[in-house]
Amino acid sequence: MSDIPILAAEDVTKHFESRDGVGRHVTVRAVENVTLRLHRGRIAALVGESGSGKTTLARLLAQFYPVTSGRILLRGEPVTGPDRRFAGEVQLVFQDPFASLNSLRRVEHNLRRALKLHAHPAGDEHVRELLGKVNLTPEAEFARKLPHELSGGQRQRVAIARALAVRPSVLLGDEPISMLDVSIRLDVLNLLARLRDEEGLALLYITHDIASARYLSDDVFVMYAGQMVEGGPAESVIQEPKHPYTRLLVDSSPDPERAAGSSAFTAAEKLGEPPSLVDPPPGCRFHPRCPFARDECRTEFPPRTEFPDGGWTNCWLHVTRPEDTPTP
Amino acid sequence: MKVRVGIGIIAFFAVVAVVGPWLNDLMGIGPWKIDYDAISRPPGGGHLLGATSQGTDVLAQVIAGTRNSMVVGALAGVIGIVLAVVVGVTAGFFGGRIDALLSFLTNMFLVLPVLPLTLIVAGYVQDTGPVTIALIIGLFGWAPGARTLRAQTLSLRGRDFVMAMRMLGETRTRLIFVEVLPHLAGWISAMFLHLVLGAVLAEAGLAFLGISSADTVSWGTIIDQARQVALLNGMWWWFVPPGLCIALLGTATGLVNFGIDEVMNPRLRTADIKAMRKALA
Amino acid sequence: MILDVKGLDVDYVSAKGAVRAVNDVSFQLRRGEILGVAGESGCGKSTLIMAIMRLLRPPAALTGGEVWLHPRDGEPVDLAARTDRELRTLRWRRIAVVLQSAMDALNPVARLSAQFADVLKAHGYRDAGKRTAELLEMVGISPDRARSYPHEMSGGMRQRAMIALALACDPELVVMDEPTTAVDVVMQRQILSQILQLRDRLGFSVVFVTHDLSLLVELADRIAVMYAGRIVEIGEAAGIYADPKHPYTKGLRDSFPPLRAPVTKLSGIPGTPPALRDLPPGCAFEPRCARRFGDCAERRPELLPVGGGLAACHLHDRERAHV
Repeated sequence: MSDIPILAAEDVTKHFESRDGVGRHVTVRAVENVTLRLHRGRIAALVGESGSGKTTLARLLAQFYPVTSGRILLRGEPVTGPDRRFAGEVQLVFQDPFASLNSLRRVEHNLRRALKLHAHPAGDEHVRELLGKVNLTPEAEFARKLPHELSGGQRQRVAIARALAVRPSVLLGDEPISMLDVSIRLDVLNLLARLRDEEGLALLYITHDIASARYLSDDVFVMYAGQMVEGGPAESVIQEPKHPYTRLLVDSSPDPERAAGSSAFTAAEKLGEPPSLVDPPPGCRFHPRCPFARDECRTEFPPRTEFPDGGWTNCWLHVTRPEDTPTP
Repeated sequence: MKVRVGIGIIAFFAVVAVVGPWLNDLMGIGPWKIDYDAISRPPGGGHLLGATSQGTDVLAQVIAGTRNSMVVGALAGVIGIVLAVVVGVTAGFFGGRIDALLSFLTNMFLVLPVLPLTLIVAGYVQDTGPVTIALIIGLFGWAPGARTLRAQTLSLRGRDFVMAMRMLGETRTRLIFVEVLPHLAGWISAMFLHLVLGAVLAEAGLAFLGISSADTVSWGTIIDQARQVALLNGMWWWFVPPGLCIALLGTATGLVNFGIDEVMNPRLRTADIKAMRKALA
Repeated sequence: MILDVKGLDVDYVSAKGAVRAVNDVSFQLRRGEILGVAGESGCGKSTLIMAIMRLLRPPAALTGGEVWLHPRDGEPVDLAARTDRELRTLRWRRIAVVLQSAMDALNPVARLSAQFADVLKAHGYRDAGKRTAELLEMVGISPDRARSYPHEMSGGMRQRAMIALALACDPELVVMDEPTTAVDVVMQRQILSQILQLRDRLGFSVVFVTHDLSLLVELADRIAVMYAGRIVEIGEAAGIYADPKHPYTKGLRDSFPPLRAPVTKLSGIPGTPPALRDLPPGCAFEPRCARRFGDCAERRPELLPVGGGLAACHLHDRERAHV
C-alpha cells in the first residue's frame, strides 16, 4: 500500500449548480472533501445509499466533469482533462448494460473502435481475444451479435471487454452487477476479481450491496451524504463497523444467516432518511439520524481517527474518548 | 401495411413527376395545348378529366403540375432537413455557447410568421419559379425540426453508450456521425416528409394568393386559376383533381409517419388481436 | 386458507404463436401467511401475480386454471372466472396490489390526501381525512405529510404511501411485486419491517415477489422458487435456505455472498435461462444443472413432496420410491 496510487482523488469537492422547483438558484453539495486512492492489484469498494455521492465520485475520477476543488491524480500527477492518454489508463463500466452499448452497433464495432483509438492491433483475432478474456465463447459468433441478441450478463461482459480493449490500469465499476440477474452476478464479480489478480488492475467497485462488497473487495469505503465516513480493510469495516452509519448499513443488509424470525427488521425502523444535499445538516451529516449524536456532531465534521488494523473513521465517538469504544 | 400504402402513393407521385412530360406526349396532350372545341368540357371523350375554361386539358395540367409541386416539396424538404440537422444536432451535441447561439437563431425563426414573410420575400423576388419558392420555404421552415433534433441529441449525448464511447477517447466527429446520428434516422425521415408536405401546401397557398410564375404550372396554380372561374360555373373537374393530389400526398406522409412512429416506439405496436382471440377460444 | 391457485397458465400471444410464461402453477396461501416467490427475470413471477390479480394486459392472457379466493366471510370466489366488473368489488376490499414502480404511480399533480380520498370515498369511507392519517401513521409517515405532493417525498416515502394506500380498505390479501427493489437497503429494511408488523397487527396475507432470495429468507414464512414459468420448489423459508431440494434453488442461494460467514469462492449458476419459446422437453433447468443424470433431458419432473415441501427434481425419485 505504500506505492503511489494509480488513481487518486485528493480532498475533492463537487458542487452542482442547479435550480429548484420554483427556479431559485441552488447548490447541490454532492461530494465534500473526499479522498480515495486506488492501488494496483486491489479492489476498493465504495458503499452507501443512493445520493451518497458514490457515482459522482466515480465520475470525477473518470473526468466526466471537473472537480470544484481538490485534485485527481493519475500516478501521482494531476490530471487536467479527459484526453486520450487518460482514457488509455482509466475506464468506467456503467450500471446499465442495456444503455451502455449502442443498440445499432455490433459487438465487434465497440471493441474494434476501442482498440483502434489506442493504436492497438484491431484485427478479428484481437477482437476474439478480448471476448475470450470475458468468457464470451464462441468468440466469433458473439463478435457479430447486436446488443439485443445478448442477455444482460453478456452485455455487461461486452462492456467490460470494451473497457479492457484500451488496456487500462484502472477500472471503475458503477454498480456493474445491480441490473443483472442473480445467477450471473457472481460470474461478473469473479471476472473482476480475475482481472485484479491476473492483470493487476486497480478496481473501484461501487455498490449498495454490502455482501458483494465483502466478497469482492480488499478495502471498503463508506460514503454518506457526500462525505466519506469510514474506510479500511473490507473484513474489519463490515464485521466491526466503527461509524454508526456503517453499522446501520450492515444491519440493514439482507442476511439469511441472521437468526430466523429474529427482530432484526425493527433495528432501523424510524431512522428517517438521508438529508438534502442542497441544505445539508452542519457538522457530521449523519447526526440527525444517529442515535449517538452529541453536541459536537451538530457543529463540526469530526477529524479522522485511525485504527491499528488500517481502518479509519470520521466520527466524534472515536475522537473524544478513544479508550471507550462504543458499541452502537 | 399502412407504410406500404403511404410509400406507394409517394412513389407514384415521384414517378409521375419524373416521366410526366413523356406521359403527356404519349397521350398526345399537353398542359398548354388549347382545344377550342373543348372549352369548359366535363370529363369524357378526348379529355379524361375534362378541360378548363381556356380549353386546356386538366389531366395534362395535373401531370405537369405534379412535377413542379414535387420539385418544390423535395427541394424545400432537403434544404429544410439539412439546416435542421446541422443546427439542431450541433446545438444539442456541443451545448454551451454554441447551443445558446444556435438555439437563439432557431427560436427566432420559430417565432417568425412564416407565411406572411414568405409572401413578402416572394413578392420582392422577381423570379417566382418552383426553385425560388422551394428555397424560400426551405429557408424558413427548418426551425421546428431543429428544435426537436436538438432535444433528441441532447438526450442521446448524455446516454451511457455515448458516454462510454467518449470515455474511450472517441473523436467528436465519429461520436456524432457513428453513434448519435443513426438513432435520429427515424426522426429525420419523419421530419423530411413533414417538410415536403408543408412545402407542397405552402406552394399551393402561395399560388392561391397569386404568387407564382405565370409560365409554370403546379397543383397550386391550377387551383388558383380554377378558383377564379370554376367555382362560379360549377366546373368541379377543374379543381378536384389537383386538390385530391394534395390530399393524397398528405395522407401518404401521414401513413408513413405512423409507421415510423411504430418502429421507433414499440409501445404503439398494436397487439395481434386475431392471434389473441384464437388462443383464447 | 385464503388463496388456492390451481393449474394456472398464462400465455403471451403474438403473431408467431403463443409462449407460455406461467405453466401449470398451483399453490395455496394460508391466512396471515407471507409467501415469497423468488426467481430471475423472465421466470414468470411477475406474470403470475398479475394473473392472480387479473391485471394482465395483452398480449398476455390467462389461458387456464383457477384462482380461488376464500374470503373471511362469504363464499369462495374464482378470480379467474370473474368479469372486470365483479372484480372491482373485490379489489381494495379483499385483494390489493403494490407494484415495483408503485412510487411512480402516484398522480404528480395531486396531493397525497386527495389521492387517498379518491380510493376511500369510492369504497364508502365517510371520514377520508381521518382514515388517511391513520393509514399514513401505520407506515411511519407523519400524517401532516398528507398535504404533500408526491415530488416532495422521497422514493421510499412514496413507496410506503403506496403500501398504505393498498391497505386502505383493510384487504385480506396483499400482493407485492418487488416493492423494495428501487429503494436503498436502509429504506428496504424499514419497509419490510413495517410489512411484518402490519401483517401481525392486521392479519392480512402476502404474496411477495422478488429476485432477492436472501431477503425472502428473513421475510417470508414459505418460499416458492420459479424457473421458466413453473414452480420448481416450494417449502418453509428456513428449510429452503438450509436444505434446498432443487439444484436451482441451491444455485440461487449460493449466488448471494454471505454477510458474516467466511468468504469462499462462489460460482453462481452457469449459462442463462432457456428461451420460453423453445423449452427442452425434460427439466427446463437440465442444461444448466450440475447434477443432471439419466433422462433429465427427456422426462419432466413433477412437483412432488420431498422433506417438508415440494420439489420438481428427479434426484428425489429414488427417495420417494423407498418411502
